[in-house]
Amino acid sequence: MTPSATPDWTALLARTSFIELDARARATAVLDDGTARELCGPFDRIESPWLEPQDVVPESDDGVVVVKGRLDGRAAVVIAIEQAFQGGGIGEVSGVKIATALSLAARDSRDGTPTAAVLLLETGGVRLQEANLGLATVAEVCSAVLELRALQPVIGVIAGALGCFGGMSIAAGLCTTLIMTREGRLGLDGPQVIESEAGVAEFDASDHTLIWSINGGTQRTGTGLADVLVLDDVTAMRSAVIEAVGRGVPGEHRSARIGELRARLEAVDPAAPPEPAGLAAVWADAVPPKGDGR
Amino acid sequence: MSRGRAWTQALADGAVGHVVPSVITADVTLGDDVARLAAVVPDPDSPYHRARTGEVGLREGLGLAEAVTGVITQDARLPDHRRRPIVAIVDVPSQAYGRVEELLGLHHALAAAVDAYASARTAGHPVITLIVGTALSGGLLAHGYQANQILALKDPGVVIHAMHKPAAARVTRRTVDELDELARHIPPLSYDVTDWAKLGLCDELLDVENAADPTGRDVRKTKDALTAAVERARHGPRDLSNRLTSPGARRTRTASRRVHEALAAQWQ
Repeated sequence: MTPSATPDWTALLARTSFIELDARARATAVLDDGTARELCGPFDRIESPWLEPQDVVPESDDGVVVVKGRLDGRAAVVIAIEQAFQGGGIGEVSGVKIATALSLAARDSRDGTPTAAVLLLETGGVRLQEANLGLATVAEVCSAVLELRALQPVIGVIAGALGCFGGMSIAAGLCTTLIMTREGRLGLDGPQVIESEAGVAEFDASDHTLIWSINGGTQRTGTGLADVLVLDDVTAMRSAVIEAVGRGVPGEHRSARIGELRARLEAVDPAAPPEPAGLAAVWADAVPPKGDGR
Repeated sequence: MSRGRAWTQALADGAVGHVVPSVITADVTLGDDVARLAAVVPDPDSPYHRARTGEVGLREGLGLAEAVTGVITQDARLPDHRRRPIVAIVDVPSQAYGRVEELLGLHHALAAAVDAYASARTAGHPVITLIVGTALSGGLLAHGYQANQILALKDPGVVIHAMHKPAAARVTRRTVDELDELARHIPPLSYDVTDWAKLGLCDELLDVENAADPTGRDVRKTKDALTAAVERARHGPRDLSNRLTSPGARRTRTASRRVHEALAAQWQ
């Protein structure tokens, strides 16, 4: 069952916000108490070599926190992107941290220690100060998500306040299960990028209602582009993650359901698209052709 | 004619077909293999107005996923060494920047393409990328960056980057001149294909006579290079680990290699 996202007042008053935590605290909060162990932490001082020459102060974890521990008693790794550092942008070091952690979880899973992964995705995508290396490592992250998700669940979480955009939204699309809050946003191109590339008539980046109606967690879960909508609450988030891991590896992942994607695109006239609120109903009627197992 | 179409036609053994109007496919004989080519090309009549000049949009993500998955399905019963090579011919200005695209989940369509290419690679299909024009951002992630082997033409018209230059300048609050100056000593920022090749991502740079309209000699040379790349892919890893072990990566991606070693050492 999807945990209710309705703002129930008792729950609202009792909750501890997940969104207000930083990346390290979010990662720890997801894992079982006392089991979190950070890898390649700040004291390892592996910084991006590309920032200082551009007068950007590097951080000694490069904005990605990798924490190994237990999740409801099982081995797991939580990888959290810190949105406060360079807009959660993925550079050489941060990207390789994510990809390597996922590959090591896959190796353990193959070797008899099933290890699930949780990705806390607050990111604007590729860090432009590292441009081509950032882009390359995002491709490596995607490959590593696919490697692990064949063996163990890879749970993506987009809680807020930055959202998940750029190349990392593709990685989100590859996750076994995608959990969002109402405050979270998911999309390839951020509203400002579209406005600047295509003009305000294409996308008005100051129109917050419009943005959330398209990219927001309620819309994305309502249209099946994400799976679970949760309240911004530490306990609710942790329960949702545990439940998602418990469901295991599905027979067919969302990104492999090509017949469904085709049916959905064919159901919409791009010259006269439905209002965002009407999309779920249009897609509910869009059934993939029979016998299309893809 | 777009470079993507020009190269696909020049390399093809016979007719060029399409999955959707903007995704073309053809077959090419490479040594003992008949490889499947796939390219994204402009479709001026596309109902998606933000995806008419070769951008990777919703239909293109779907079309690439269908083209690649089709090959995997057809070859599923063949022994590994007979699985067909797939060659991604890359000439993509970017992903599609549009509101309908976001509404319908462009990230998901691109994820479907990424999934298909990576699945082909792990299933034993040699996946080779040949960059003949621009290869920007989400367009390259969806079409090209999951390959075992990446080749690129050494030509000023070949531009590989995370964002096109004016936008990158705007977002990083620099002028285009400042960006060019920085790129002179910071290789990942450069828009020059020879600088990109230094990052360890390039398996071969090809010198050709005419990158926009390949000559007979260009075609023969490229087929030889693709054949050699298929051979390397068949004997190489099926993951992307060669991107950290290539000679270029050993020089330039020292931070990547340090992260990899440190994380592996601390993992247990």
